[in-house]
Amino acid sequence: MEPHYEALEDEHTLELPSEPMRLNMGPSHPAMHGTIRMVLDLDGETIMNVDIQPGYLHRGFEKSCERGTWSQVFPYTDRLNYVSPMLNNVGFALAVEKLIGLEVPERCTYYRTVLGELARISDHMTCNAATAMELGAFTPFLWLLKVRDWVWDILEQETGARLTHSFGRIGGMAAPPTDGFKESTLAIFDEIDHAMMESEALLMKNRIFLDRTQGIGGLSPDDAMAMGCTGIILRSTGVDYDVRKAYPYMFYDRFDFDVPVGHDGDNYDRFVCRFEELRQSMKIIRQALDQMPTSGPVMSEDLRYVMPAKKEVYTTIEGTIAHFKLVMEGLKPPPGEVYSFTEGGNGELGFFIVSDGSGTPYRVRCRPPCWYNLQACRDMLLGDMIADIIPTFGSINMIGGECDR
Amino acid sequence: MGKKVIERLQKDLGAVILETSEFRGDHEAVVAKKDWKKVALFLRDELEMNHIIDITAIDYPEREPEKPRFELKLIARSMKTGHRIRIATRVKDKEKVDSLTSVWRGANWAEREVWDMFGIPFEGHPDLRRILMYPEFEGHPLRKDYPIGKTQPLVPYRDVEGTEKLPPFGDDEGQPFGRIDWHARLAGEDIQVSPSISQQTGGRKSLSAGPEHGQKE
Repeated sequence: MEPHYEALEDEHTLELPSEPMRLNMGPSHPAMHGTIRMVLDLDGETIMNVDIQPGYLHRGFEKSCERGTWSQVFPYTDRLNYVSPMLNNVGFALAVEKLIGLEVPERCTYYRTVLGELARISDHMTCNAATAMELGAFTPFLWLLKVRDWVWDILEQETGARLTHSFGRIGGMAAPPTDGFKESTLAIFDEIDHAMMESEALLMKNRIFLDRTQGIGGLSPDDAMAMGCTGIILRSTGVDYDVRKAYPYMFYDRFDFDVPVGHDGDNYDRFVCRFEELRQSMKIIRQALDQMPTSGPVMSEDLRYVMPAKKEVYTTIEGTIAHFKLVMEGLKPPPGEVYSFTEGGNGELGFFIVSDGSGTPYRVRCRPPCWYNLQACRDMLLGDMIADIIPTFGSINMIGGECDR
Repeated sequence: MGKKVIERLQKDLGAVILETSEFRGDHEAVVAKKDWKKVALFLRDELEMNHIIDITAIDYPEREPEKPRFELKLIARSMKTGHRIRIATRVKDKEKVDSLTSVWRGANWAEREVWDMFGIPFEGHPDLRRILMYPEFEGHPLRKDYPIGKTQPLVPYRDVEGTEKLPPFGDDEGQPFGRIDWHARLAGEDIQVSPSISQQTGGRKSLSAGPEHGQKE
């Protein structure tokens, strides 16, 4: 019998006929973090168009801020990027301090730096661990999360809470560092290094991992900037924009650290940049811990804005009055509007705050880095396959709490 | 950071820049609504501000009618020089503003959010839908006259064009789509959970207990 495949010499005839299909992915799909819906237009398995729909985790952060006092915003900021809440706490505190023109003690700034960088470590570690896990590599996920738990142990030791610290205050931090802070922080660094090395050994030469990340989800630098991307997404395309270097705030100009940049802006670059940035964070923490004064206050002493010590409240009339005014009316920044921005876990985390001179914020606008990064996700996905959504979306590190607010 | 930009704007655009201000190191220039896009294009092409940071709005209902109600803000920066600038314009309610999506593509979602939250429509926007809220949402939540405790009507069932699907239950079945009147219910009235039962029994005002109820065996 004649083999019938002779008639199929032309390889185009081997393709099965297909017609465009619309597929709904999420919001309950596990890879969509439960908060994003994608409506995909597919040709076979190729993504022709995608409509990304955020908003499933919208809680009205900005509206809620407009009815409390300035200090009552801190618990809400914890829930923005809930993988690195300390960075949001510090970001908002810096914004209000900029509006007031309030100076904080040097020790507080160092303390904020260290806690913030610890939060960044936890953020990047979670993202890379989850990306690896979503590609089927469960072992690095467990190793990295084990180490992240130790980072959280330190944050718990300092703040009393593992995740939602509410530790920032306008004019300082809620409490000074504990006695063993420096030692316990430095003690886990070897473990972090070790876990990262082991995970990289498992992944960086793994054919499956490389095939699914290299050259997938690429973005050009011009597109990334026009789309408003910041953070790792922008740096992975080769643009060295890090707020800590470009517009140094706090004491970041005193530390020696590098800004890792990628080349292609694909998933692989984002993954590698995250790990490298994590090492830089440890470098910053080491320097900050060395430079941090071992004693001194971590709160400003301006009674118009900062709560007096409990002893003052109970023993002096000035303390009692200041406490009463701050609790009943809240602190009152001068009228005006400022935009203050810091490097959050995912990029430029900005707070655009407007005060009308009363104890309640008139408007608190959070500029979420995830929002703009997620917007660029469409560009990354077009032309790729359905299966590429998983690593691409994972490496964007979209955090629903921050994106949808 | 923005001082040089302000000087350049005043030199090249002259009367287009209505006001400038500086507060705690933030520089802001106010332009008329009709010049909104022109200034954005000038920033992008002449000042190399290729990086859009944010577009947002503030609602000042009390300053009407002397000044328009909304203040629209744009923040952009230049990757090359590192300069930052904030541009503001004032918009009345229901007044259209030129969309900046053709200047920076990243303005797309930002403008959709401003439309969703404040109800400022953008002219020339390719896809002006709600983004954080759902399509049936009534009102614009970040306006100052939107009460924070406002309840929204429940959405019965959404038809999607081009898809064939059946609603899980008809209008007269299942849970009611209206809000439960708890005051009436606590006063002993309106205890029917489902309107369908009420329709079947001709408005029976009693609650059926059992036979699945534990204490009736």
